[in-house]
Amino acid sequence: MTENKYKTKPLDCWNEAKQLRKDYYDNFARAQEKGGIRWAGGAWSFSAVPAGLGDDVYSLTGEPYGATVAFNKEFAEKCHEAAEAKGYARDLCAYMRNYWGSIILNKYAWGGEWPKPDFLWTTHICCSHAKWYQVASELEGNIPYFCVDVSVGPYNERSERKLNYMVSQMMDGIEWMEKVTGRKYDDEKLIQAVYNECRTTSLWAEICTLNKTIPTPLDEKTMYSLYVLGTLMKHRKECADFYEKLRDEVKDRVANKIAAVGNEKFRVMTDTQPPWAFLELWRYLQNYGVVSIGSLYTFGLIGIFEVKEDGIWGPRTPPQEQGIEIESREQALKILAEWTLSRPEWQHFYSPELKSDMMKRIVKEWHVDGVMLHYNRGCEGLSMGIAENKLALKEAGIPIMHFEGNMGDEREFDLERTKVEIDAFLEILGAK
Amino acid sequence: MEQRLFEKFHEWYENRHQYAKEWKERTGGKVLGYFCTYAPEEIIYAAGVLPVRILGSHEAQSFTEPHIFAMFCPLCRDCLAQGLQGRYDYLNGIMIAQCCLHMRQAFTSWQKHIPQEYSYYLYMPHGIQTPRAYPYLRGELEDFKKSLEEWTGKKITNQDLDHAIAVYNENRRLMKQVYDFRKAKNPKLTGLEAMEMVVSSQMTDKEEHNQALKKLLKELPGRKLSRKTGTRLMVLGSEDDDVEFLKMVESLDATFVIEDHCTGSRYFWNEVIPQEDRLGAIAARYIDRPACPSKDWPKRTRLPHILKLAKDYNVEGTILIQQKFCDPHELDIPAIRSSLETNGIPTYFLEFDVTVPVGQFKTRVEAFLETFQLPTDLF
Repeated sequence: MTENKYKTKPLDCWNEAKQLRKDYYDNFARAQEKGGIRWAGGAWSFSAVPAGLGDDVYSLTGEPYGATVAFNKEFAEKCHEAAEAKGYARDLCAYMRNYWGSIILNKYAWGGEWPKPDFLWTTHICCSHAKWYQVASELEGNIPYFCVDVSVGPYNERSERKLNYMVSQMMDGIEWMEKVTGRKYDDEKLIQAVYNECRTTSLWAEICTLNKTIPTPLDEKTMYSLYVLGTLMKHRKECADFYEKLRDEVKDRVANKIAAVGNEKFRVMTDTQPPWAFLELWRYLQNYGVVSIGSLYTFGLIGIFEVKEDGIWGPRTPPQEQGIEIESREQALKILAEWTLSRPEWQHFYSPELKSDMMKRIVKEWHVDGVMLHYNRGCEGLSMGIAENKLALKEAGIPIMHFEGNMGDEREFDLERTKVEIDAFLEILGAK
Repeated sequence: MEQRLFEKFHEWYENRHQYAKEWKERTGGKVLGYFCTYAPEEIIYAAGVLPVRILGSHEAQSFTEPHIFAMFCPLCRDCLAQGLQGRYDYLNGIMIAQCCLHMRQAFTSWQKHIPQEYSYYLYMPHGIQTPRAYPYLRGELEDFKKSLEEWTGKKITNQDLDHAIAVYNENRRLMKQVYDFRKAKNPKLTGLEAMEMVVSSQMTDKEEHNQALKKLLKELPGRKLSRKTGTRLMVLGSEDDDVEFLKMVESLDATFVIEDHCTGSRYFWNEVIPQEDRLGAIAARYIDRPACPSKDWPKRTRLPHILKLAKDYNVEGTILIQQKFCDPHELDIPAIRSSLETNGIPTYFLEFDVTVPVGQFKTRVEAFLETFQLPTDLF
C-alpha cells in the first residue's frame, strides 16, 4: 500500500443513499398492499411517463435489479440455471437472465416472493431490451407490455421526424396505460417528473465533472452505489434532491481537497459495467495508488452532458433553468425525448467513433493515465464496438488494457487471471 | 437435367464477385453493398445502382479479431473479414438498414477501415408493430433517396421507382412460384437449390435473375428428381447459407421443403403494394415483411407465420439453427420450439459457427431423422 498524500473521509450522505435504494425496492414490493401500481422496465425507459398515473406508482428497473442479483453469486447462479433450463442461451444478457431467473424461481432478491408488476414499460435501443420484456411478460402470464422504439440514431443526427416518432409512441403509451390500469392520466404529474428527470441527470453529470479535480473526490467503486439511484428513479423528486445534496458535499470535498483515495497517484478509467461480484478489483488498484475516476459508463449512463462555451464537458442545462415552462403533454414528451437522445451512453449504438471521441475527452479532461476496458460478455449492448474503441485509444497513445469477463455471471470471470493482467498494466503505468 | 436447371443460380452464388465486376464493366454503373435484407433495394435499383448483399465465405479467419469482440456472431465477423481481405474491392459504397448490433459492427468497422466513396446508415425502425413506424420510415427513405441522388448525380423519378418496384415484385412472385414446387409430395427442388436461387437474387441484377427464373419455371414442372424426398424438414433460425450443411442433411433421407431465413423465404415473401406515394409503399413493404427476431415484438408474429409455413409445406420436422452468440435468435428459439412441438412438429437445435462440424452434425441429424422412422406404438 502506497502512502496517503491526501486526507480522506467517507461520504456524509452515504447512508441516505443506501436508504433511498432500500426504500425503492421495498416500495415496489409493497405497492399493491396500499392500492398502488407497480411497473417494470429497463433503466433507460421513460420512467417519467408512468408517473402521470399517480404518486403511488412504483417501478422496478431491470438492469440494476440484475446487478443486485449478480452481487449475490449463489442466487445469480440459480437464476442463470433456471433461465437456461427454460432454453435460454447462457451468452444472453446476464442481467436479463438474473431477472428472468427471479421470475421463474419466484424469488425477489430483496426477500420474499417475486413481486409481479401490473405492466411492463420499456424502451428499445439494444437488441435485448424489447425481447427481455417480451419474455418477461410471457413468463408472468402475459402481463400487459408496451415498448417504445428509440433506435433513431445518434444525437447529432436528431430531427423533428425522429422526435415525433418517439413522442407519438409515448402518446400511444399513455392511452394504453390508462386502459390497462383504469386510471386517468395526470399531465401535471408527467410535467413534474420530466423536470425531475432533467434535474437528476444534469446533477449527476455535474457530480461527475467534479471528479476532474486532483485528487478525485469520488472513486468509481463509490460511484457505482450512487449513480444507481438515477437508474432506479431518475424521474423522482427524492432522487433529484439527493443528487443536489451529494453535489454540494462533493463540491465541499473538492474545496477542501478531500480525496476518495488518500494515496491517489495514478488515475484510470474503465469501460462498461464492472463484474459486480468482483468489485474488490477496484480496491486492489488502490493498493498501488491507482484510482478509477469513473468511466463513460458511470458518467454517461445516467448523466446528461453538454459541451460548454470553453469547449469542455459540463452538465447539460435543464429546461427549467433555461426558462422553459412545460405546458402540455406533448411538449413534456418532446423535451424528454430530445433530452434522452443526448445520453452519452447511447451514441455508440450507431458508431464506435462517437464513443471513442467521448472516451478521449474524458482521458484529457479528467487527467486519466490509462484505460481499463472490460470486454463484458454479459452485455452485448455496451460491449458493442469496444474493440474499435480500444484501437482508437491506442492510436491516440493512451495506455490501455482489456480484461474479459461478465458483469452478472460469475461463471465467466476469472479473478486471478484478471489480477495478473492488471498487474502487468500497473507495471506499464509505473504504479507497480 | 436435374443439375442444369439451377446451374445459373449456383454459378452466380459461387462467383458473386466476378458477376458484380462484370456488371460494373458492362453497365458502367455503381455497386452498393448492403448488410441486412431490410435494405430498401428498390430505391437503390431505381438509382441505377446494383445492390449486392455482403455475406461471408465460411472460412476460419482472424482478420476481425482486432475489430469485433469475439462474443459477437460469426456472421458479422465473416462479413467484415471479406472486406478486410479486399474481396469486395469493387464496391463503390456500402449501406445498412438498421438491424442487430452484430451486423452493425461489421458495417461501422467496414466504414472506418475500408475505403469507399459512399456509406449510409438507414435508421430502419425496430418498432415495426407500431403504426408510427410507417410515416417515420417513409421519411427516412426520403432522406436515403436524396442521399443516393447526390451520390450518383441522378434524379430518381417516380418512373424509376415504379420500374424498380415492378422488377422486384416480379422477382418475389417468380420465386414464390418456384417455392410452390416445394409443396409437392416429391419436391422438384432441394433446399440447397432454393437457397442458392434466393441468395443469388441478392447479388445479381433482378431483371437478369427474373429471366433465369422464367426459364426455370418453364422447365421445372417436367423435372423429376431421382433422389428420395425422405423426411420433410423446415430449417429456421439465423442467416443460413451454409452449403456444406444443407448438402449434408439432404444427402441423408431428408429434404428441406421450406425455411424462415433472410437467405430464404423471409427475403422475398411479401411484395410492395403499389400506391401513389411510392416511398410510403416501399416503407410499408419492409415494415410488413416477415420479421427478423430483432424486430419481432411486443407480439410474436413469427410464430403464426412459421406454423403456417409448416402447414402449407407439409413439414414433418424442424431443424433450428443459430449462429453462435446470435442474441435475437437465441431470444426466439425457446418460444418457437415450444410452439412447433405443441403443434406436433418435432424440433432439433444446432449451434452454428463460421464453419460447421459436418461429421458431428451428420451423426446428430441422423439421430433426429431416425426418430421419424420409429413406430409410434411399440406394443
